[in-house]
Amino acid sequence: MTNVPLGNEPAIRDTPGPTASDSARRKKRRRSAAKRGQNLYGWIFVSPALAILIIFLVVPIILALYISFTNWSGITSPFASAVHFVGLKNYKTILTEPGLAQQNFGTAVRNNFYYVIFVVPLQTALALWLAILVNNKFLKGKGFFRTAFYFPSVTSSIAITTVFIFLFSGTGAVNRALSLFGIKGPDWIYDQNGVITTILSSLGVHSPPSWANFQILGLSLWNWFAGPSFGMCVIIILAIWTTSGTFMLFFLAALQNISEEAEEASEIDGATAWQRFRYVTLPMLRPVVLLVATLGFIGTWQVFDQSFLTGPNNPTMVTPAFLAYQVSFADFAFGEGAAIAFLLFGLIVVLTLLQRKFVKEDLTK
Amino acid sequence: MLIIFALLYLAPFAFETANSFKTDGDASANGLSLIPHPPTVSAWNQIFGISNNGVTDIPRWLFNSALVATFITIGSVVLASLAGYALARLEFKGRRIVFGLVIATLAVPSVVLLIPQFLMLKELGLFNTYAGMILPICVSATGIFMMRQFFLQVPVALEEAARMDGAGVFTTWWRVVLPVVRPGLITLTIISFQGAWNQFAFFEVATISPKYFTLTTGLANIVGGGLSAGNQFPLKLGASLLTTIPIAALFFVFQRYLVRGRLEGSLKQ
Repeated sequence: MTNVPLGNEPAIRDTPGPTASDSARRKKRRRSAAKRGQNLYGWIFVSPALAILIIFLVVPIILALYISFTNWSGITSPFASAVHFVGLKNYKTILTEPGLAQQNFGTAVRNNFYYVIFVVPLQTALALWLAILVNNKFLKGKGFFRTAFYFPSVTSSIAITTVFIFLFSGTGAVNRALSLFGIKGPDWIYDQNGVITTILSSLGVHSPPSWANFQILGLSLWNWFAGPSFGMCVIIILAIWTTSGTFMLFFLAALQNISEEAEEASEIDGATAWQRFRYVTLPMLRPVVLLVATLGFIGTWQVFDQSFLTGPNNPTMVTPAFLAYQVSFADFAFGEGAAIAFLLFGLIVVLTLLQRKFVKEDLTK
Repeated sequence: MLIIFALLYLAPFAFETANSFKTDGDASANGLSLIPHPPTVSAWNQIFGISNNGVTDIPRWLFNSALVATFITIGSVVLASLAGYALARLEFKGRRIVFGLVIATLAVPSVVLLIPQFLMLKELGLFNTYAGMILPICVSATGIFMMRQFFLQVPVALEEAARMDGAGVFTTWWRVVLPVVRPGLITLTIISFQGAWNQFAFFEVATISPKYFTLTTGLANIVGGGLSAGNQFPLKLGASLLTTIPIAALFFVFQRYLVRGRLEGSLKQ
């Protein structure tokens, strides 16, 4: 491709400048050169980040999946000859073989389950409510309130859990405050009793009916229905307190997009504040509610830091994420720990896919 | 109503601060009081290493936190703005696959990475080193994705003009595009620093010696059993306040960037 006319070609050009087709050709060439440059630069730009993602994320996950089928102790190399492939043994130990490992896993799932079903609805509702209050156009000092509600979520979870352990210690501030009303508070974090069992026993039900002895994951139905322990309630309160501010921001952003006209129109129609919220605001916020709820479901299955501080020797505070750590790094059963981590991974991936599906469906409606 | 709520949200920080100026006995006995009696800076003297208790070296934790968080922040800002630009603007072979990989890793929860990352650090001989604390988390898929979104908003005409003037890809990125996405860079810097400063789980599995304790892993160690439970609350609360202060300062100065980043980072799709 040159601009020099080939020898035998009849000279059809009578203007000196390049023709239209010529310039198009030249442009094309420039573009393909640019493309070649972009190909090279694209890889140069992306490879450092890509290399780290592959070395410290993709490869380790594949290795850990392999580990979950072995009896690796974490001390030697996972490829040493002492490490044996054990097939599905680790998964069976956790899920189907009666024993301590199964019971620990069942307990961790139960603990986290109660955490999820209390935290997700409460944080979503509270976040929405705070957003509506802060969004009030007559409110003075909006910035202050937004800051106050959002601030807890930017701080370190270890630092803030430390503060809560202090506040809820046996003789801590919360129990002092309760005693002012003549209530003797429990030893919050270290109280092993479930909230529901405690309520039942105050009603006179102390032992499980025979049907409640049926076992699932090494745990009797009675234990499954025990409810969160008092310690778990502290962590639930902590989670709601730290995350509602973040999710409030989501709702605030969405509320600012709802036209005032829609609200005013309904106001003129004589709708009460509740009706206006129920039939105008809430339907418009539906996609955000869905997003916040699913982000909540994904996040709440990953509690680790809080469990790390309160979970040792305290079975009702152990979550699956912390159990995977404990089994690996304290008991050196890395195969079993990796298996727990993968079960958790599977659950979270399913939740993430559901989120993408639901949120997308809702947006296309 | 709102004021009551705001007080409820801020109250734990008031207790945290007040009790760090109490004596051990006073904090245990009068946890509800916000006025230290007698007030003392003994916990803070220990924190700043003025009086040594032989157990904790909090100045070192502070140094480690600052060091590691700084490097992680620099790494993630530089690498994410390179990769984000390539994914937004450079047409290279395999771009869609790389982008797909980044999106896929967004869904991987960090808690399931603990065992894999420990494994990898051991295999590479980086376990219990500063490099091992920094490298694996100095790139985040969220950061790359966020920067890509920021670059997509830059008008293409700007880059075309630069290219007409004969600027190469690198010069265009460095001289023309990066200055335009400055707000995005600030957002990512704040978010990365906050994440690295508050990071706990990963540091816990990446190191074992106390000399690599950061404020979070060190604090978790004394709360979780290094000192007997129920004791030394002023020291623990002081250390947790020290962990909170730098982030609080950042928060008040750069609040709007944090808010923006939180929203952009979470509304991934």
